Amino acid sequence: MDKKPIIEIKELHTYYGRAHVLKGINLTIYENETIAILGRSGCGKSTLLRHMIGLNQPGSGEILIKGKNIPKLNEDKKTEVLKRIGMLFQNGALFNSMSIADNVALPLREHTDLEESTISIMTRMKLDLVGLGGFEGFNPAQLSGGMRKRAGLARAIAMDPEILFCDEPSAGLDPIVAAGIDQLLLKLKQAFKMTMVVVTHEMASVFLIADRIAMMNEGQILAVGTRAEIENNPHSFIQQFLHREPDKDKVDRETFLQNLTSEISG
Amino acid sequence: MKSNLLNNFFATIGRKTLKGLWEIDQYTRLVGQTLYWMAAAPLKGHKIRFRSTIIQMVRFGVDSIPIVATIAFFIGIILGMQAAYQLKPFGASIYMADLVGVSVTRELGPMLTAIVLAGRSGSAIAAELGTMKVSEEIDALRTMGLNPIPYLAVPRVLSMMIMLPSLTLIADFVGILGGLFVGIFSEHIDFWLYFNETTRALVLKDFLTGLIKSGVFALLVATIGCYQGFSVSGGAEGVGKRTTTSVVTSIFMIIAANVLFTGLFYSTL
Repeated sequence: MDKKPIIEIKELHTYYGRAHVLKGINLTIYENETIAILGRSGCGKSTLLRHMIGLNQPGSGEILIKGKNIPKLNEDKKTEVLKRIGMLFQNGALFNSMSIADNVALPLREHTDLEESTISIMTRMKLDLVGLGGFEGFNPAQLSGGMRKRAGLARAIAMDPEILFCDEPSAGLDPIVAAGIDQLLLKLKQAFKMTMVVVTHEMASVFLIADRIAMMNEGQILAVGTRAEIENNPHSFIQQFLHREPDKDKVDRETFLQNLTSEISG
Repeated sequence: MKSNLLNNFFATIGRKTLKGLWEIDQYTRLVGQTLYWMAAAPLKGHKIRFRSTIIQMVRFGVDSIPIVATIAFFIGIILGMQAAYQLKPFGASIYMADLVGVSVTRELGPMLTAIVLAGRSGSAIAAELGTMKVSEEIDALRTMGLNPIPYLAVPRVLSMMIMLPSLTLIADFVGILGGLFVGIFSEHIDFWLYFNETTRALVLKDFLTGLIKSGVFALLVATIGCYQGFSVSGGAEGVGKRTTTSVVTSIFMIIAANVLFTGLFYSTL
């Protein structure tokens, strides 16, 4: 069966000041698959995600979602695309001035003409789905980290998106709560058949939820493939990452100071 | 060595100038977008968030009445005492009513109310939006297809533009009462004499110039607060820095605009 691309990234370059953050990213993501973007901290994976959801403007290149080049769309057309995607932020990014139910109901209130009673039912359904039934009236500040992520997930899926983006879904959570979030993502994947893009550096999560893995380092994608393909990839960084080996060429204090002195004087 | 220092000096001036120009450009864009979403977009069917605007009106306006009224009363007393001190030797104490009335309605009422709101509400806008920026709430809005300008900035700017002139009218009234208080209890001027002198001295133009000013001050305070809030980066420290900048910039701009308006009104009206 032919796989249909839903997101295509072509020759994406991004600069923060003089720093070349994304160096010619090419990536195709197919419908109904879960792809994990894996890499060490600061390698550009969150920046890549922010480009995909239209929060950052690239230096050059294309980001096509269902054939529409996101950076080139005007406000109204971009809104139409954004209505079809959901985003789970690292810390949930819930609106602290609203209750959990209002947070989940917000996209429904803003983008649909549904009756308030229908919105209320839909909100309760989404909260039940993420295991937060009965917490409708709570404020985000009253919830634990894991519960906030669940609430963020409920809001992300409020509009039944075709694509769900997750930024570090299990970061900062204890292993048991993190496993719960992974199970929840798996449940959503099976229930809604949505495409998921998950940015993380948690290997256990990746191996559990991802169909394919995109391995990133220093602003570039080193390899894309299934778990077996990535595990068998001979690239030294990939092997180092998978086997959790520290940097071999890490400089000691004296060399670091010597380098610094020569940099300042020269 | 000397040329290096000179190079660094000019490079620093150049960098700071470019950064300043960039900030002015970004601020101007924000003001333009806010005015578009406030005035032009509703004509194209985009709705203004009235519920949110009313909530902000209560926060910026109703909750500020006690502090604005108290300060205005004290200013009226200070002005009254200073005027009486200058006028008494000439046997012209009654003219303190003119001085207090005109000064409060044309200058001090609008300016002090705006300064109080810059400190109280402008800082709150910057801190609130800055915290939302840091905790990715503004990014969350964008990914939901909701533009933060009509969603967050417009209700704040609109409510400030309604409430600051309203509070200015209260400050005008209470400031005049402060002068009256001094007139009656310190200078032993008859209530009706003071009242009649005030109404004789004041013309509609005095209130109007004050109200026009306060409308502009409101736009400045709210948009500077929004701009600083949206520009926050770097966590809690960034929120603190931008909040302080918001208050300092607002007060500076209020006073600068007041100089401009006073010059304009005295030469034309």
